[in-house]
Amino acid sequence: MTGFKQHKGIAVPLLRNDIDTDAIIPSDEMKSVSRHGLAEGLFARWRYTRSTVRMQNSEFVLNSAKYTGASILMAGPNFGCGSSREHAVWALSEYGFRAILAPSFGSIFRRNCIFNGLVPVVLAANDIKTLAAAVEPDPQTNKLTIDLDSKEVLGPDGLVFGFSMSEIELEIMRKGLDPIELTLQLDDSITAFHLADRRLRPWVY
Amino acid sequence: MGRTLFDKLWDIHAITSLGDEEWLLSIDRIFLHERTGAVALKNMQKKGWAVRNPGQVFCTIDHIVDTFPGRGDETLMPNGKAFILATREAAQATGITLFDINDARQGIMHVISPEQGIALPGLTVVCPDSHSCTLGGIGALAWGIGSTEAEHAMVTQTLRVKKPRNMRVRFTGRLAVDVGAKDMALHLIKEYSVTGGQGFAVEFCGPAVAGLCIEARLTLCNMAVEFSAFTAIVAPDDKTLEYVKDRPYAPRGDNWSVATAHWNTLFSDPDAHFERELEIDCSAIQACVTWGTSPQHLVALGGRLPAPELELDPARRQNMLRAYEYMDLKPGDAVSDIKLDAAFIGSCTNARLSDLRLAAKILRDRKIAPWMKAVCVPGSTQTKLAAEAEGLDRVFKDAGFEWRESGCSMCLYAGGETFGPGKRVISSTNRNFEGRQGPGTRTHLASPATVAASACAGYIRSAADT
Repeated sequence: MTGFKQHKGIAVPLLRNDIDTDAIIPSDEMKSVSRHGLAEGLFARWRYTRSTVRMQNSEFVLNSAKYTGASILMAGPNFGCGSSREHAVWALSEYGFRAILAPSFGSIFRRNCIFNGLVPVVLAANDIKTLAAAVEPDPQTNKLTIDLDSKEVLGPDGLVFGFSMSEIELEIMRKGLDPIELTLQLDDSITAFHLADRRLRPWVY
Repeated sequence: MGRTLFDKLWDIHAITSLGDEEWLLSIDRIFLHERTGAVALKNMQKKGWAVRNPGQVFCTIDHIVDTFPGRGDETLMPNGKAFILATREAAQATGITLFDINDARQGIMHVISPEQGIALPGLTVVCPDSHSCTLGGIGALAWGIGSTEAEHAMVTQTLRVKKPRNMRVRFTGRLAVDVGAKDMALHLIKEYSVTGGQGFAVEFCGPAVAGLCIEARLTLCNMAVEFSAFTAIVAPDDKTLEYVKDRPYAPRGDNWSVATAHWNTLFSDPDAHFERELEIDCSAIQACVTWGTSPQHLVALGGRLPAPELELDPARRQNMLRAYEYMDLKPGDAVSDIKLDAAFIGSCTNARLSDLRLAAKILRDRKIAPWMKAVCVPGSTQTKLAAEAEGLDRVFKDAGFEWRESGCSMCLYAGGETFGPGKRVISSTNRNFEGRQGPGTRTHLASPATVAASACAGYIRSAADT
């Protein structure tokens, strides 16, 4: 994954509560044993009409010309609840999203975001509504900026909302770090811990 | 200052602090399945990473595999076979233990891991599957993770985790005869919402929890993820030890003594601090069913569907209106007037032997309504064999149920099988999300007893009415 310190992009609102990972990427859209090839299936039940030939549902916000090229998703609380499938994050990233703004996230989904460089920004529901309203008249011009150094979301008309995130997570996303490589730097501690634990809990090993 | 059970398990597994409340935790068991496991193993191979301790990693084939009798690698889901083959190949290459399709130990991961004694009290167990919290029912510290974290756990035998806060939910009073662990879980979610447990590790306790059998405790903990909790746990007790003893992977001999001595220390100290404490009076819990597309869209059997105007939160009200449209129901409808098309007994929530016995008790000498399709999928091959040894399969089949091989089956659409668009299903599973059981399928969550009673009536009915 590639990290970033700042991202400016078009923001699209999908302000529903409890959007689950089955909705983000339905089971039958996970077609191969791969982290790729998932963008087409993103929100498939909502994005397409239910005919045998796949047709775009013009009423779904991602299909609106106004929001073409969106890279920031503004969502409702508990976004990404449900199934642990990391495919939900891979599908959002492959489609082009770099950040999700929501009042809260499903906890497994949130961790999956961090490790894939999709920034999960927690903002109050009212702040997200304010941003969505500011974007709405002209989303292609009224872009949002996510700044990982200042931990702020900047909107049109001088709107600024701060968010909190741990320094470790910010660093992983800024630099696109691989958590496995980070942890392997602690290999000696892990080995020592397991040696000692083996004596305390021999039945575990 | 005393510690909670969760604090104790955390401390036992904490290798080092990473700062910002994040810790490196030691992971004792990793369980994979063919849908999310294969992609993790394949990615590890690509990056040249090895499994650190293959003896602590297990895998099953449950999600995509068919559950029809005589099944093989072919699946209804287009390309499903590729997931099964890739999992088999990766398992062989890495030396982890695979419970393959024709293995008598095969089954749904959260059913077989306690059944085989792989998940044990006090162990950290992770799986790339959100219902891993189920295993809290035997006193394991278990939670769901993504594929990247699964790779992390396999390569390093650790995970980087931010410590959640402590919550205790005490169930007091007596449960009514027709009320079970599923109703308890749904009731909790309805009372405190689908986000009530966010940021918490939840300990379930109280006389009603102590009274539950281990399988019912697994059901109760299973739906902690629907409560948005990090995980849930029940302190191990004599029942737990009795359940664990002599399981194939359980400790034996001297190790058994060392292990039980350790397990007897696994409880919350009397002065332990919980950031949040809830108490639920079980006499207030009724047998219930979901009417909408969220587990908190709950109504008592015999009740009427709620009015959206009474919901004060506008976003939740909007969700209710969407749910009414998707479910093709109206506020004020009587639950008992809801006509069903199908019934499903299966899943990591409610497809263990005790669940099948409960359902069979209702189905004995009865038939499902003539228009109904009904399917029973035992949670594991061992469960299926045990049920058959008791003749339960005959009871299900005589009533008109299909009797299947073990797997996740139609709990979700992963295997490509569905009751169909617009079909209304009463289901012993855990999620009633839009499309969860297939495009356009309408799901009503309930206990296996309620599913069995409703299958016979063809309408939503309480087991108490049969």
